[in-house]
Amino acid sequence: MSQLVFLVPLFPLVGFLLAGLGRNYLSRSVSGIIASAAVFASFVVSLFIFQEVRAEATPVIVELFPFIDVAGIRIPFAFQVDRLSVLFLLVITGVGFLIHLYSSAYMKEESAPHYARYFAYLNLFVFNMLLLVLGANYLIMFIGWEGVGLCSYLLIGYWFKNKAYGAAARKAFVMNRIGDLGFLLGLFFLLQQFGSLTFSEVFPGAAGAPSEIITLITLLLFVGATGKSAQIPLFTWLPDAMAGPTPVSALIHAATMVTAGIYMIARSNILYTLAPATQLVIAIIGLCTAILAATIALKQNDIKKVLAYSTVSQLGYMFLGLGVGAYTGAVFHVITHAFFKALLFLGAGSVIHAMHHEQDIRKMGGLAKKLPQTHLTFLIGCIAIAGIPPFSGFFSKDEILINAYAFSPVLYWIGMAGALMTAFYMFRLYATTFRGTFRGTCEQAHHLHESPWQMTLPLIILAIAAVAAGFMGIPELFAKDAHWLQRFLSPVFEQSTALQHAHTISHSTEYLLLGISIALLLTVIVYAWKRFSSKPDLNEAVGIGKLLERKWLVDELYDSIIARPLNHIAGWLNTVAEKKGIDGLVNGSGKLVQWGGRQLRLLQSGQVGGYLLWMVLGMLLLLVLIKTL
Amino acid sequence: MTVSEILFWFLSALAIAGALMMVVGKNPVYSVLWLVVVFFAISGHYILLNAQFLAIVNIIVYAGAIMVLFLFVIMLMNLNAENEPQKNRWMWLAGSVSGGTLLLVLVAALRTSELLAVQKVSEGGETGLIKTLGSVLFKDYVLPFEVSSILFLSAMVGAVVIGKKGD
Amino acid sequence: MPVNYYIFLSLTLFSIGVAGVLTRRNAIIIFMCIELMLNSVNLLLVAFSKMHFGNVELSMLNSNVGIEAQLFVFFIMVVAAAEVSVGLAIIVMMYRNIHSVDVNFLNRLKH
Repeated sequence: MSQLVFLVPLFPLVGFLLAGLGRNYLSRSVSGIIASAAVFASFVVSLFIFQEVRAEATPVIVELFPFIDVAGIRIPFAFQVDRLSVLFLLVITGVGFLIHLYSSAYMKEESAPHYARYFAYLNLFVFNMLLLVLGANYLIMFIGWEGVGLCSYLLIGYWFKNKAYGAAARKAFVMNRIGDLGFLLGLFFLLQQFGSLTFSEVFPGAAGAPSEIITLITLLLFVGATGKSAQIPLFTWLPDAMAGPTPVSALIHAATMVTAGIYMIARSNILYTLAPATQLVIAIIGLCTAILAATIALKQNDIKKVLAYSTVSQLGYMFLGLGVGAYTGAVFHVITHAFFKALLFLGAGSVIHAMHHEQDIRKMGGLAKKLPQTHLTFLIGCIAIAGIPPFSGFFSKDEILINAYAFSPVLYWIGMAGALMTAFYMFRLYATTFRGTFRGTCEQAHHLHESPWQMTLPLIILAIAAVAAGFMGIPELFAKDAHWLQRFLSPVFEQSTALQHAHTISHSTEYLLLGISIALLLTVIVYAWKRFSSKPDLNEAVGIGKLLERKWLVDELYDSIIARPLNHIAGWLNTVAEKKGIDGLVNGSGKLVQWGGRQLRLLQSGQVGGYLLWMVLGMLLLLVLIKTL
Repeated sequence: MTVSEILFWFLSALAIAGALMMVVGKNPVYSVLWLVVVFFAISGHYILLNAQFLAIVNIIVYAGAIMVLFLFVIMLMNLNAENEPQKNRWMWLAGSVSGGTLLLVLVAALRTSELLAVQKVSEGGETGLIKTLGSVLFKDYVLPFEVSSILFLSAMVGAVVIGKKGD
Repeated sequence: MPVNYYIFLSLTLFSIGVAGVLTRRNAIIIFMCIELMLNSVNLLLVAFSKMHFGNVELSMLNSNVGIEAQLFVFFIMVVAAAEVSVGLAIIVMMYRNIHSVDVNFLNRLKH
């Protein structure tokens, strides 16, 4: 079955081609069914592969055809099926299918060609994401990496008639490109050091490579990851990416694409384990991002923006996990986050759908009765992300934070503060949206309705997953050898595990930390619930709140220190270097030739005698040359 | 100095002088006559070189036929007046300097050629006799000979066509 | 006589011809200068013919040595005669059109 792994990306590709090329001929239902069926087929194949991989620990490499074979560099187009990639396969195709299903109802208002275009992009995205996780070498991964960036651009700018959305798409693309440059440079260094990009050839030899080179490579790859996974300093594109349709935000900007950086680092775990300096950088950047994004999320009033900053923040936690060597914890959080964040986004989408594209939570409120299923599932998502046991977010976040504690207690407490903020803003969001009284217009109130089954079914499935997913990683604390995920992934990380010092924290400390954190979280949640249910935060923010609302002015900062000087340089290049220098050179050479032509024309007097004279002079010259040579 | 040497120098001087006069002469008719003198001098050289046939042909064809043709044309067009009104000093200078330089370069090139310095032009022999020339001409070179007759024919036709008035 | 004398004589005549072509503007005189150049070459050919005849071995006396050069002179005269007939026809034509034989009036090549 593993040999048939090429089917997994093939189905979405075919779906993309069918929906994309036939967009003008297919009706909405047909293109929706084609796209959803393609992803569902991939999901089924992935399930079979998962069954197989569960029994067999060694990675299977499926080589489809030689891709680059030149000058001693051999890069095949190959897929690697192992326990890490199969987990991502399941998440991508599973969540992907649910979101396709959801989209088929959510996008109903679009005209048939645009509807088909949307699904074509979505399928292309799934295809590229699958390439990314299946690639057996960094180049295939890079193809997928670029591909998802492109699809992200296309989908953010899906409503391209809105100029602001187009600008957001461009911003996402440019930010990603900056990261991709780092990734690409990392690949070049890898190729120079190891002469190969294939995982199975690079990783075994990594221990023998000089540590500075490894540090350099890992830092460059991490730059790529900051772009794709929205970390400081390249995180500002992700909140703007909310310009895309909400299911896209759920799939690309929460569940899958943004976790590509985590996947890449987890895949190259051995390199990172060998580069402690890089790990420290990752941990610090992850933690800073988590805190920064969480503070911004405290004051946002757009339902999707809150979730977007929450995503950035959660990604920060994943990087913190990677930085402290908790690879399993990071992957665990990726999976649980995929479920509950997709759930939250889809829930938000359902709210937006019901509210007729109103995204400002200050104009909502009291939706719990009108949208019971959405309300319940959204609440589950909030509890999951806040980290209340036994919901999934608790297990994965706890694992990361415990590992951070083992690394350094300071990281734990800062991370804990971030988690408290997470709980606060999530329940602020929840309470403002679903509790209290309705603050929208009468017309909106009249039209409030629960979404169709295509939208609520994914919500329910994801809610179940968000509750249950945590049980795949029950910590040692509660039960011996119950951490299924750790056992499952141990072959992938065994090289790193061998190099790492075993952090041991006594069970009593762990119980204490857990107790404190749960108590604090519950306090915060109850406070936020009460506070925002009765008296939602409707006024304009002031003081530090204003600063938070304006996102710490990071965009303005980037604008003034990078964008504007660049614009000035570009303007100078345009007016001076281009117009005067290059045009001058080009026009000057033209003018020189014209002038030379005018001068030479004088020789063409038309006088036969003159011509004869030149002929004789030429003959003389020839004779002299012959004589002297 | 033998008689033939005296004759060589005399004829050479005559040829060069005639050529110079031909070039500098203002009246075209005089130029033609000076050219005839040059041809005679060259024919004299041919005789010195035992090329009797060519000497005679040269006189008949060049000095006789061609030059008379030139004279005809000049007379016909009334060109015997000195009609080069706009003298261009620069052109004169450039032309003579170029010609002189050409001579200088060629002489300089050939002066040091040792091979030629030792070679002598033999005297006597029967090569130039019409009998020997004729037998080779009509045996080995009969085809070029016939071709040249066609050339003549076409030249004649061409001259008639070009010279025909009007239409 | 050494052959160089003939060579230098021919060169002198040839150069005078070239100088004449360059300096004069009367088409007929230019034409005559061309004839002069042809003749200087003829003279050289005959001189070489004799030189080779004198150097040849006795056993090869019956060969065509020295004869071919004179035959070439003969052919050159043929060609020259043909050329003169056509050339003069052209000059006549030119005179008929522009009422002059000055080549400087023939500057139509410019256009």
